[in-house]
Amino acid sequence: MRRAAVSSAARLVFRRDLTLAWRRWDEVAQPLIFYVVVTTLFPLATTPDLSELSKIASGVVWVAALLSSLLALESLFRSDVEDGTMEQWVLSGQPLGWLLLAKVVCHWVLTGLPLVVIAPIVGTALGLPFAAWGTLIVSLLLGTATLSILGGIGAALTVGVRRGSVLLSLLVLPLAMPLLIFGSRAVMMAMDGDSPAGPLQLLAAIFFLVLSLGPLAMSAAIRISVES
Amino acid sequence: MWIWVHKFGSPPHAYRLLGKLAPWFGWPALGLILLATWWGLVKAPADYQQGDAFRILYVHAPSAWMSMFTYVVMAVAAGIGLVWRIKLAHAAAAAAAPIGASFTFLALATGSIWGKPMWGTWWVWDARLTSELILLFLYLGYMALRSSFDDPQRADRASAVLAIVGVINVPIIHYSVKWWSTLHQAASVTKLAKPSIALPMLIPLFIMIAGFQLYFGWLICRRLRGEILRRERNASWLNEAS
Repeated sequence: MRRAAVSSAARLVFRRDLTLAWRRWDEVAQPLIFYVVVTTLFPLATTPDLSELSKIASGVVWVAALLSSLLALESLFRSDVEDGTMEQWVLSGQPLGWLLLAKVVCHWVLTGLPLVVIAPIVGTALGLPFAAWGTLIVSLLLGTATLSILGGIGAALTVGVRRGSVLLSLLVLPLAMPLLIFGSRAVMMAMDGDSPAGPLQLLAAIFFLVLSLGPLAMSAAIRISVES
Repeated sequence: MWIWVHKFGSPPHAYRLLGKLAPWFGWPALGLILLATWWGLVKAPADYQQGDAFRILYVHAPSAWMSMFTYVVMAVAAGIGLVWRIKLAHAAAAAAAPIGASFTFLALATGSIWGKPMWGTWWVWDARLTSELILLFLYLGYMALRSSFDDPQRADRASAVLAIVGVINVPIIHYSVKWWSTLHQAASVTKLAKPSIALPMLIPLFIMIAGFQLYFGWLICRRLRGEILRRERNASWLNEAS
């Protein structure tokens, strides 16, 4: 029996997840709606004055992005572990890290990418100047992608745990704090007219670090959850 | 070497050995901490800027150091447990986590008390205080993950993965001083070549750090013994021993 190539196996996983998500698109839309709702809370809780709001706009946009991409993470691996699909993947002889990475990429396309698209609009409503759009988009692209992988590690660790969602946030949020620091700092610098290159490069560095080591941690965590 | 590892890795042997080791850590720790307390509070000169208030440094800096040291110990133990499947290493990681969390809390509390006279507020969002707080969250997450599994072996291995992932945060804490320029004074001890803190103040600090280190050794011996007892509560060697 000939084993399929890694790339085609990963592509199959990606396409399967995309199809599954497409059939339940309302679940995909929920984090996005959550994002808009959370960002609406801040003007209500603080002040409707746009010049005041623009001071915290970068932080609000980023915190809300962090929270809403955590929302969908809990179910990332759950159904596959429960119905035995994950066991088949572990036994398939394919490198598990690649398959899980494909799942995470699909998750990012469904939750991270829409956030990146909608964030500038939400930011503008909070008084974010047009000049900072580019930085916001780049920082969120890097940030949400990193967060999806970090969250994937957390989801893989908590997949066999009851009430995993609170625990998942508890595990992932501290690890994601550097992202928040650099992301919102980059947007803030762009708003002030400075070059945001420094924080963006640090974000990119963290992204590549997590991209290279994350799949290993994810597959180790999934093996622990599935094997025992 | 492997024979030694297997011998030490067996719970009855480790239990006896840790019991014998504990006083060798405990008494020197007590002596050094008492000596450093006297030296730091009485003998060391007052700071020309901060007066006597700087003396909380002798608790603050060692606990901040120990909070990071313990995390590394925990992650290394977890890694050993994960790679070579040594249960005792997992038990050591489990025993270290609450100690580390306590040191982190102590560093935060003393930092906050120190901040009141120096900065005028209890809490400042500065780089090192914040990253120390993140470290506390990491410890709490680790302990939460560990306690949420029913199966101890899965708890061991899953939390080991988390500890190794989280250990990336320890260098981030160390370098956050450079990343984030704020109120906190730059690290004054790690620059060994040219310390910016006067030598008479530095000596008791190093004695205190050594004392804390030994105290950690004593604690880990005691806690690991407890952990072994808890895990081996149904084993036959315990009945024979008692």
